[in-house]
Amino acid sequence: MLPTLLGVAILTFVVMRLVPGDIVELRYAGGSVAPEVIARERHQLGLDKPIAAQFADWMGGVVTLDFGTSLWTNRPVVEEVQIRFGLSLELALLATILAVALAVPLGVIAAVRQDTWVDYAIRIFSIGGLAMPSFWIGILTILALLTLFHWSPPLEFAPIWKDPVANLAQLIWPAIAVGYRYSAVSMRMTRSSVLEVLREDYIRTARAKGASERLVVVRHALRNSLLPVVTVISLEFAFLIGGLVVTEQVFNLNGLGHLLVDAVAHRDYTLIQALVLIMAMIFVVINFLVDMLYVVLDPRVRYA
Amino acid sequence: MRSMGLRLAVVTSLILAACGQASTPVAPTTAGTTAEQPKPGGILTFVVNAEPPSFDAHRETTFAVLHPASPHYSLLYKYDPNDLTKITTDVAAAMPEVSADKLTWTIKLRTDVKFHDGALMTSEDVLATYNKIIFPPQGVVSARQGAYAAVDGIQAPSKDTVVFKLKYPSASFMSNLASPWNWIYSAARLKEDIKYYEKKVDGTGPFTFVNYTKGSVWEGKKNPDYFQKDRPYLDGYKAFFITDATAEVNAIKGKQAMIEFRGFTPQQRDDLSRALPNDLAIQEAPWICVNYIVPNAKRKPFDNPDVRRALTLAIDRWTIGDALSKITIVKDVGGLMRPKGPFAMPDADLVKVAGFSKDGKAAKDQAKALLTKAGVPTLTFKLLNRNLQTPYEPIAVALINEWKAVGITVTQDVKESSPYLADLAAGNFDVGLDFNCDFLDEPDLQLAKFYSASKLGKGLNRAGYDDTKLDSMIDAQSRETDAAKRKAMVGDIERYAMDEMAYQYPAPWWFRIIPYNNAVRGWKIGSNHYTNQDLTTVWLAQK
Repeated sequence: MLPTLLGVAILTFVVMRLVPGDIVELRYAGGSVAPEVIARERHQLGLDKPIAAQFADWMGGVVTLDFGTSLWTNRPVVEEVQIRFGLSLELALLATILAVALAVPLGVIAAVRQDTWVDYAIRIFSIGGLAMPSFWIGILTILALLTLFHWSPPLEFAPIWKDPVANLAQLIWPAIAVGYRYSAVSMRMTRSSVLEVLREDYIRTARAKGASERLVVVRHALRNSLLPVVTVISLEFAFLIGGLVVTEQVFNLNGLGHLLVDAVAHRDYTLIQALVLIMAMIFVVINFLVDMLYVVLDPRVRYA
Repeated sequence: MRSMGLRLAVVTSLILAACGQASTPVAPTTAGTTAEQPKPGGILTFVVNAEPPSFDAHRETTFAVLHPASPHYSLLYKYDPNDLTKITTDVAAAMPEVSADKLTWTIKLRTDVKFHDGALMTSEDVLATYNKIIFPPQGVVSARQGAYAAVDGIQAPSKDTVVFKLKYPSASFMSNLASPWNWIYSAARLKEDIKYYEKKVDGTGPFTFVNYTKGSVWEGKKNPDYFQKDRPYLDGYKAFFITDATAEVNAIKGKQAMIEFRGFTPQQRDDLSRALPNDLAIQEAPWICVNYIVPNAKRKPFDNPDVRRALTLAIDRWTIGDALSKITIVKDVGGLMRPKGPFAMPDADLVKVAGFSKDGKAAKDQAKALLTKAGVPTLTFKLLNRNLQTPYEPIAVALINEWKAVGITVTQDVKESSPYLADLAAGNFDVGLDFNCDFLDEPDLQLAKFYSASKLGKGLNRAGYDDTKLDSMIDAQSRETDAAKRKAMVGDIERYAMDEMAYQYPAPWWFRIIPYNNAVRGWKIGSNHYTNQDLTTVWLAQK
């Protein structure tokens, strides 16, 4: 875990320094600002220090969980992330709930009814989700809301515990847009995984014992086919927390993806480094949790 | 190179196709043009398409600070919301008394102005504010310090008087006293922490600060102790930060926001007027923003004035201005000062300047002859451009098309803002598309980029030339306080810089278009997006 995070930290730090551009130049673009002012600002931000010294400063903070201060806003990075984390997490959770609620039952039905019209319909639905980018579905959703109802989602985020109606009015639409694509990926995986398990000897044995088809599918087939599905769902979930860059722009959501884009555009090194590291941490932690979940779902993993 | 040519051809034909399309005719209208009685109450919602890096207008250069936070502050003087060409008092009690030698400016202050924390505003606060702007202490950034080079010192002889002492008469000093960036800060707050205003708000303006959620919304509410007792009309306002252009338009279409004060493109205006046929008002005005075409005078062959002049001669600005006005935010043709502005060169004179003739064919023939004379009849170069669709990219495509007509082959080198600015600053380009936006028609501001690159133009003049004659001409107009004489001097500078030496020259100037919900009343468009943002006069019609 630690070598992965260290690798991510070094890579992000180095790559950002290789990209041309300068936060101070950007900040004063277009203004009649004297070069001395720009030099003074660069010095204050520590950008005139050698790269190794900048890296040492940053890593010194990171090991004590001090991710530093945004170069653009001069506010603690943790504060910047905290504001957006709730929205990103809730959106990821909503999209995941929608995706799982669609993907698992439809994937199982498609597998059980393989090569019937039901299977074809579900496959068309899922391929549609894979073919259409989420942001495009998002744009269509907003256009439909504006055209049909002369209404657009609220611009301000209200936490769900404060105002659930306003919260859902804002987040349900991006959750549908993202959840559809997410469900398509999971649906395909569920279908193929269940199909594979349904051909196993122990399924034939269960049927031979006279177990009902429902019991065979739900208890024997579905549980054993869940490992790859859980992997896909969890990795998608981790991706959604920080990766919904374009969808967040389309719906004007104040999430982590939006923040990362702004940070890159501003060359806000400390914020970019911290965000990438935090996202890497989320991935690593979720991967770890999935590994733990494997043990629950399949005891053979524990014995191995 | 082939694929680049093909791409250009495709983009150019798209532009031409767009120009040929009949756009929905939209007549600019102003809500509430008849004398209506302002109604108090309501919350104004508006969009800001960028976010403030800090809250301190003295150090920042982006409108993203002014739009959400100006309503919390006052200025000494401001541009009259009812006639944005005139300066009126804000916390000053009267216009300044200027000594006969024009070196001493005495300003009386109102005595009924309070900060939002309840403290009375006095001359100490104005003194601390202007000292921070003009003579910033070590470690404090003041973005417009250079604009006050004429100021020798500031004094506060009594609680309601401030005196500015100048080293020399300055034609732009009065305008600079009305700068929308010069918010009056509390001396006590600055004494407590000189960087207090970077993260906190305490002004004397019509609205008090309520809340700022980064990346989302900025809120203000009516200041009950505002010194103008019948103002503001609004109960409060919410500024939503939306950086995606489509999301901005959708917010207004869906009535989640009423207005965006910077500007929309013609297509966005037409889109909104189709979506809100009965609920939309539109205001339009020439804009003090422009893209400059900047040949790098330190690179061959652009060190040759003939080549630079050929580049400007090849551009038929009148034709491309008209065509571009249908698809992006540029329109009027002008020299170094805003077209239709108080310092604008009359068209009759302008057409005599290289690159501004209405006989495009003759000018192009002249350009070809100059290129042949300079030994580069088939000139090839890269045009450094910024990856902004509005208006940089369409302008560049139009320019490339014009240059192609005289045998010049241009490759567009489009870069993201940060590397684009880095290349401009380092002189790492053949020809670049620079830009400038100001808050008022003022030669000292618009000509700042024309000073010698190694002297006063350091960091501003991207063309890289040094010219002491031009420096002297700019200095001389700055000290000329007779308006007519100054205008004539500015005209001479324009002819010298754009024609004789052809150092750098403008593309068609930007044009500001504000389509907004017609419930918004009392707001008037100006020629810039910095002034008139304190919302003192804005009110909402009941619908």
